[in-house]
Amino acid sequence: MTVSAEPVGPTVDSGVPWRRLDARMVVVEPVRTLVKLVPVLVVVLITGSNGDPVRPWITLGIGVLVVLAGVVRWRTTRYRITAERVELHSGWLRRQRRSVPRDRIRTVDLTASPLHRAFRLSVVAVRAADAGGEHRNGGLTLDAVSTAEAETLRRELLDRRRAEPRPVEQPVEPDAEVLARLRWSWLRFAPLTFSSLAGVGAIAAAAFNVLNELGVSPTEVDGVDDAAERLAAAPLWLAVGLVGLALLVIAVVGSVVLFTERWWGYRLTREADGTLRVRRGLLTTRSLSVAEERLRGVGVHEPLLLRAGGGAQTRALSTGLGREAQGGVLQPPAPRAEAHRVAGAALRRTGSEIDPTLTPLVPHPAAARRRRYTRALVPVLVLVAAAVVVGRVWPGLSWIWPGTVVLVPLAALLAADRYRALGHALTPQYLVSRLGGLSRRTVALQRSGVIGWTVRQSPFQRRAGLVTLQAVTAAGEGGYRILDVDAADAVALADATTPGLLRRLLG
Amino acid sequence: MQTGSTVPTALPLRPPAHRVDPRARSWWRLRGLGGTGIVALPQLVVALVLGGPGWLWGTLAATVVAGLVYAAVVPGILFRIHRWEVTDEAVYTLSGWLVREWRIAPISRVQTVDTEHGPLQQLLGLASVTVTTASARGPVTIRGLATAHAQELARQLTETTQATPGDAT
Repeated sequence: MTVSAEPVGPTVDSGVPWRRLDARMVVVEPVRTLVKLVPVLVVVLITGSNGDPVRPWITLGIGVLVVLAGVVRWRTTRYRITAERVELHSGWLRRQRRSVPRDRIRTVDLTASPLHRAFRLSVVAVRAADAGGEHRNGGLTLDAVSTAEAETLRRELLDRRRAEPRPVEQPVEPDAEVLARLRWSWLRFAPLTFSSLAGVGAIAAAAFNVLNELGVSPTEVDGVDDAAERLAAAPLWLAVGLVGLALLVIAVVGSVVLFTERWWGYRLTREADGTLRVRRGLLTTRSLSVAEERLRGVGVHEPLLLRAGGGAQTRALSTGLGREAQGGVLQPPAPRAEAHRVAGAALRRTGSEIDPTLTPLVPHPAAARRRRYTRALVPVLVLVAAAVVVGRVWPGLSWIWPGTVVLVPLAALLAADRYRALGHALTPQYLVSRLGGLSRRTVALQRSGVIGWTVRQSPFQRRAGLVTLQAVTAAGEGGYRILDVDAADAVALADATTPGLLRRLLG
Repeated sequence: MQTGSTVPTALPLRPPAHRVDPRARSWWRLRGLGGTGIVALPQLVVALVLGGPGWLWGTLAATVVAGLVYAAVVPGILFRIHRWEVTDEAVYTLSGWLVREWRIAPISRVQTVDTEHGPLQQLLGLASVTVTTASARGPVTIRGLATAHAQELARQLTETTQATPGDAT
């Protein structure tokens, strides 16, 4: 049988019957659209004169159109899974045909919003990677099928060993090994992550928007204006302190709420077919899977705040999982030891080995330490000098430079911390490296996952005899740097990691 | 280790075997002059039309001098440094001027091979060959090859890599 290699091509009739999305979508789709349209409908209904007889009809008309659109979408959308491809045809006036080769499928993720959950439906997102990693095919989304069907699809599409067309539905739940579960004590890490803080900002902005849409100015709410006046009358330090405290409380509460929504019911399991699977979510439930043959390693991330609190977060380095913020996250922020344990468990560490991300690392040469200090201190000293000059020229601003002097010890501390992080090691299976101060990461990359090398050397590095070695890989960020390593050691490390590749290039 | 070879290197890797086409020097020179023009022209226009401040003539002169010095000196250095090689195992390039970059892509992991001719390169009969692996950070580009040579190289590489099964991730 020949199958067109084009992503959108003529259908080859392989005899596999076409299937529809779940019939309950006829209800879900219009409800979802109507919820989005509520503000518009409210405006149409409420604003304007009350006696206008047209307005209710407009509203009704919109409603009917939305329902019709939902029915048409359900009627015209069909999908099927053949031995080689997943195909999705959709659209009525504008036909869309998507087809993804099954051996290109990277992840199959299930998501269920509260609305979907009410009808026991799940959205199946099939993501496929294309060559080069930049022009990705994107895959396709089945929105939505029944949760049971979604589960079957997930198992079927991720299992490359079972390539024959779909078997008879087996309700037997295969044994899954639980690698990690949520512990509520981890809630203490929630305020320490930047993504949570950013989420809080988003929520605040959304709340402000809603108030704005409703025509309520925050200053008109009883008490707010009053409080603002009192604050303005208070001494500056008190006002700043109070506002800061209020923001802190909001951030902490908000991040705890977000953490709960995101990680409720978190479970990391290894399914019977070897897939790593993360299940989580309070309102919107998610199931994210990483096929084991796509796994190229793990990373343990420690942003400064989280690190200060003794926490870390583990990510899977998997081909096809892009650089998006949540890509490959295997675990909520957790105690450091737990994060390393999960990293090891994800890589199938056996009892006697140590977790790959805890491998003792070779420190980098003293020149690397000097470079950390110069790179941290020079910009700060330039800033101080500029502030001093500003103070000389405009005496009114001479109070600035003592403030900038405070940055000098901070920069020195950061440099020392960054140097302490630097290290690399080669184990029989993994290339382990660590770097970063504000955002520290330890990465264990499978040696077989290294698909190239980049060596960079700036004039300063040349003088110090250092290079930055980058192991190129198809997974995660696409490349992992080993910063400021001795030039000879870098080549030796690369040669040992990928035996044979550099054989004829050694000088 | 640091001296003796035509390319100064502090790395215990030998430099790749082949130089790029000598016409690449003209390409780099033209690019440098073009860049200088882009920076210098607005200054000239402002100085002439708007009668800008006197120091503008100073910066303009500095820009032109810097551009000319670059065009005179740097292409030669780039030509000495830029090298490439295809072995049985890997595509290997060395590029850069101040910041040197060595790139190694295993032949077995190559996914696509593209040739590219920019307008300036076409004018000079040059082309670039880009070898892409499954990583977004992995592409290895050989710039400044003679067009016919680039096409022949791309054809050879495509043949070699098509013989490799799997999706090379």
